[in-house]
Amino acid sequence: MNGIHDMGGMHGMGPIRHEKSEPVFHETWEGRIYAINRAIGAWRKWNIDAGRHAIEQLPPADYLRMSYYEKWLARNIGLLVKHGLVTQEEIDTGRPAPGSQKAKPPLTVANVASTAAQRPSYARPDADAKARFKVGDRVRARKINPTGHTRLPRYARGREGVIDRHHGIFIFPDTNAHFQGEQPQHLYSVCFRARELWGESASPRDSVYLDLWDSYLEHT
Amino acid sequence: MTDIRSLEQTLLDNPVVSLCARWHKGESLPYSIYVIYNIFLIYTSEIMEGCPMANDSESMDRRSFLKRAATGAAAGAFPTDMHDQDHDHQVVPSDPALRTKALESLLVEKGLVDSAALDAVVDMFENKIGPRNGARVVARAWVDPAYKKRLLADAGPAIAELGYSGAQGEHMVVVENTPKAHNLVVCTLCSCYPWPVLGLPPVWYKSAPYRSRAVIDPRGVLREFGTELADDVEIRVWDSTAEIRYLVLPERPAGTEKMTEEELAALVTRDSMIGAAKVAAPRGGKA
Repeated sequence: MNGIHDMGGMHGMGPIRHEKSEPVFHETWEGRIYAINRAIGAWRKWNIDAGRHAIEQLPPADYLRMSYYEKWLARNIGLLVKHGLVTQEEIDTGRPAPGSQKAKPPLTVANVASTAAQRPSYARPDADAKARFKVGDRVRARKINPTGHTRLPRYARGREGVIDRHHGIFIFPDTNAHFQGEQPQHLYSVCFRARELWGESASPRDSVYLDLWDSYLEHT
Repeated sequence: MTDIRSLEQTLLDNPVVSLCARWHKGESLPYSIYVIYNIFLIYTSEIMEGCPMANDSESMDRRSFLKRAATGAAAGAFPTDMHDQDHDHQVVPSDPALRTKALESLLVEKGLVDSAALDAVVDMFENKIGPRNGARVVARAWVDPAYKKRLLADAGPAIAELGYSGAQGEHMVVVENTPKAHNLVVCTLCSCYPWPVLGLPPVWYKSAPYRSRAVIDPRGVLREFGTELADDVEIRVWDSTAEIRYLVLPERPAGTEKMTEEELAALVTRDSMIGAAKVAAPRGGKA
């Protein structure tokens, strides 16, 4: 979707505020919502792409106004309700519905460390997917404007680049976010010259590399 | 200001203000307090609307009004409790703090999450996973050419050799800075960042100013970090649009030839591994 989250190349967002000796969490609740995010993710009712899309779907004004973890809080409440782990009424009252069964949490003290050390993979090396491109090919990012989730930023659409690296076959977020299957595709690092993206004001030496799936690209 | 003072005095006597402060301090209080708090917010909004100070230059917004009110109330109700710690954050519980607390209580009561597991996750990211991990990877690459070769060829296993792996580090790529090429990592679409080696990202990395400008004006961004690059240095910006996570291998500064791996690791900053800065030469070293 052409949302506010797709920020690459925008102007007017103000100076970068670098904080010295920044704490991991500025307030206690930020750590709690971060941990809650992990704990409810362990129910496997949704996936990482659906989680990202839930943040993209926040109203643009809220997206800009909210702090990072406020967005996580809003996203998590939305996902919990949408996927039936809690009801809106329970959120509103703060109490479990009368007579509801108590569940057993999948993330426990005993398995936090082992779960964290796992390397869940988004690669699907054995999937049946054809690579239409190889390293060195000149490609163009397609001019597409999907209304759902996509990882092809607007600033690269219609621009030409060169395949720099072939990463392998990976889950396709555009379908996975909508529970339409992983539909794995080949993933490439594509090098775009800064001048191709931004015009003559950019340095002739600079480039931007994006990781793009096969179906985002076409031959030039 | 007399109107504000008298309103404050009214609030000092309000038990809800005191309860909010106690909640924020970590005391377990019933859900009903959360509901009352919301009513309280509406109540104070109405006061502010009717307040003659509300539109002049000395008026306060609702948050600072509440903060002041709650600070006063807390000081009255809990004189020792509130001042014995180095509290530099706001005393009044912010709305997301309350909502997070209410959500956690609900999820625990429903058996959906385990509170102690949440403690363990927070502890992990506050105390175990952070940029020190990445710094050890960088220092190892500086002193061990064979390791550096493995790291640049296939970063995941090389990083795992030092014991670092996990979520958001599943598919790692390390990019090397040289005198002629400088790498900078960003996620323009969200906040992708290599957690196992750098921990959770700083606020600036996740914020609109950095995400919007890193791709269109990397030299300007680097200048704001105090990193001035010559025109003939090529900048490669890596926009983390997939599940590949990037770590920058910064240049080893001059004057560090005799330093141990451990001493080198201490020089490596988080920002240098994002590519926002270079690693500074040690003090007394010949930079």
